[in-house]
Amino acid sequence: MTATLESLYTYLSEKLHDKATSTLTPQGELTVEVQVRNWLDVCNFMRHDEMTKFTLLIDLCGVDYLTYGHSEWSENASSTGFSRAVERSDPDPFAFEPEPATLEMTGKRFAVVIHLLSVEHNQRIRLRTFAEDNDFPVVPSVFGIWNSVNWYEREAFDLFGIMFPGHPDLRRILTDYGFVGHPFRKDFPLIGQVEMRYDPLQKRVIYEPVSIEPRVLVPRVIRNDKDNASTSQQGAQ
Amino acid sequence: MPEIRNFTLNFGPAHPAAHGVLRLVLEMDGEVIVRADPHIGLLHRGTEKLAESKPYNQSIGYMDRLDYVSMMCNEHGYVLAIERLMGIQAPLRAQYIRTLFDEITRILNHLLWIGAHGLDVGAMTMFIYAFREREDLMDAYEAVSGARLHATYYRPGGVYRDLPNEMPKYKESRLRSAAEVKRLNANREGSLLDFLEDFTNRFPKMVDEYETLLTENRIWKQRLVGIGVVTPERALQMGFTGAMLRGSGIEWDIRKKQPYAAYDKVEFDIPVGTNGDSYDRYLVRMNEMRQSNRIMRQCIDWLKKNPGPVMLEDSKFTPPKRVDMKQDMEALINHFKLMTEGYVLPAGEVYAAVEHPKGEFGCYLMSDGANKPYRLKIRAPGFAHLSGMNEMAKGHMLADVVALIGTQDIVFGEVDR
Repeated sequence: MTATLESLYTYLSEKLHDKATSTLTPQGELTVEVQVRNWLDVCNFMRHDEMTKFTLLIDLCGVDYLTYGHSEWSENASSTGFSRAVERSDPDPFAFEPEPATLEMTGKRFAVVIHLLSVEHNQRIRLRTFAEDNDFPVVPSVFGIWNSVNWYEREAFDLFGIMFPGHPDLRRILTDYGFVGHPFRKDFPLIGQVEMRYDPLQKRVIYEPVSIEPRVLVPRVIRNDKDNASTSQQGAQ
Repeated sequence: MPEIRNFTLNFGPAHPAAHGVLRLVLEMDGEVIVRADPHIGLLHRGTEKLAESKPYNQSIGYMDRLDYVSMMCNEHGYVLAIERLMGIQAPLRAQYIRTLFDEITRILNHLLWIGAHGLDVGAMTMFIYAFREREDLMDAYEAVSGARLHATYYRPGGVYRDLPNEMPKYKESRLRSAAEVKRLNANREGSLLDFLEDFTNRFPKMVDEYETLLTENRIWKQRLVGIGVVTPERALQMGFTGAMLRGSGIEWDIRKKQPYAAYDKVEFDIPVGTNGDSYDRYLVRMNEMRQSNRIMRQCIDWLKKNPGPVMLEDSKFTPPKRVDMKQDMEALINHFKLMTEGYVLPAGEVYAAVEHPKGEFGCYLMSDGANKPYRLKIRAPGFAHLSGMNEMAKGHMLADVVALIGTQDIVFGEVDR
């Protein structure tokens, strides 16, 4: 399969050289990075071109790059003995209020990744595009090309707050009716913002701020092992 | 003339035929469905976000709880993603064990599906018949992992342990006489593989039994033939996979087309439907059970002849042996680090798909070089299938919705994640 994947790679690099950049990953997969203004063009091409014919959209998902490459525990503490308390250098996923100072992100924050499958050519491909605006991420909807994207785009909207103009029915899908916020964003606390209980005095269900004490059992650690270093250059945005 | 308006009907979320917690808002014109709007998310647990906060190995157990009737296939997708990103491969014996248990899982899933589908449409007996065979397969799960449902048996680099040499047995009690216990334990005297071999000998006859009850049954055919017809073009357009796609006549099976584990070393056929209706999907799934039985048999034969390691021995991500830990300090440290901090994956991304009983189950794993995934996206087949519900249900009667939920084989653990 790799031989045909390479030919597809050269074909795409030729055809889409002004619109997208293709990369072959060491795992033997093909990733195409598309600028958001060319998103619909490239998707249309993938769906209809004879050489690609990606008729089946397998998956669409949002990604939040806010804390990409941040670790919670640096290793260089070993020279002075291990410190058990972890000094935070990135937004605390368990904090109730986001810390505005650390939330600034220079690059583009939200990406939309789709996985396509060509039943005819037995091939898979990954397409990625970054939304231009970090505060109001917008990526055009590909509903007109693959109808199956309907719920996937609703999910990405619900969980990440990415807007998809052109989508016929962009509602929340997984979270509760009347939910506030986008839970899969990296600055949304893992334990949530509110908890719900029945209040016998008021005789109704009430929402209050969560009372669980947040704690990190295992900190995020990034190790640059020998075989890790060779692959770690690619991937980061 | 009075104005006639469509009315809205709430189906579920606690309806026995909703297969869990599906709230279906149906817009009806009399008894005909104009629009079906499934409201999902009642079982949303944020599995993907939880996985982002834990070391890789600690999320395997969450995978069991996605599609809770085909546990090991979910694990397979996740474990495969980790292995691909790490660039390792499980030993051959582990791959055969995975193939064997994937097929056991497929039969488990299809048995529950035919039971529940039958029950929904009015064939009560099927449920009881199907659960009789499920019991044996659950015992196989129990023998190998200690748990009947949430196994956590697959690990990156292989499987948790080798197949056991003895089966759990029934014990004599006030409720079970010695003679009965002897009868129940008759096929449990040997190893797990002997027990499963006995199962594969019995199982085709059982499928015959189900087919005698259903395939030519007049009521069954009246309820399924011509219900929820999906053309091949629409099936692709709506993102259907698995039996939903094969029922529409597209020959697509990841086990054949992009083989993983030991699927390129066993023989089996892909059943394909022609009409794309619920009845064809029923026939496809019934035939899949027979094929799974065939694969199981080949795996058992191979596993009996070829002993060997079932886990890679790489101290970077597999824990040391218990015995070593008692004597070797380094092994103890290694175990401690692996169980607390876990291992680190190289930065990068990977998508690993397996042919789950319901369709394509995929894990999109993204790592930034840390000991936890940066982003894990689970591609559940049921999610795409349920989103096609509106199109499939349009123009059908209310009672057909129940048949459609059955034919889509919906489980909410994976739809809501």
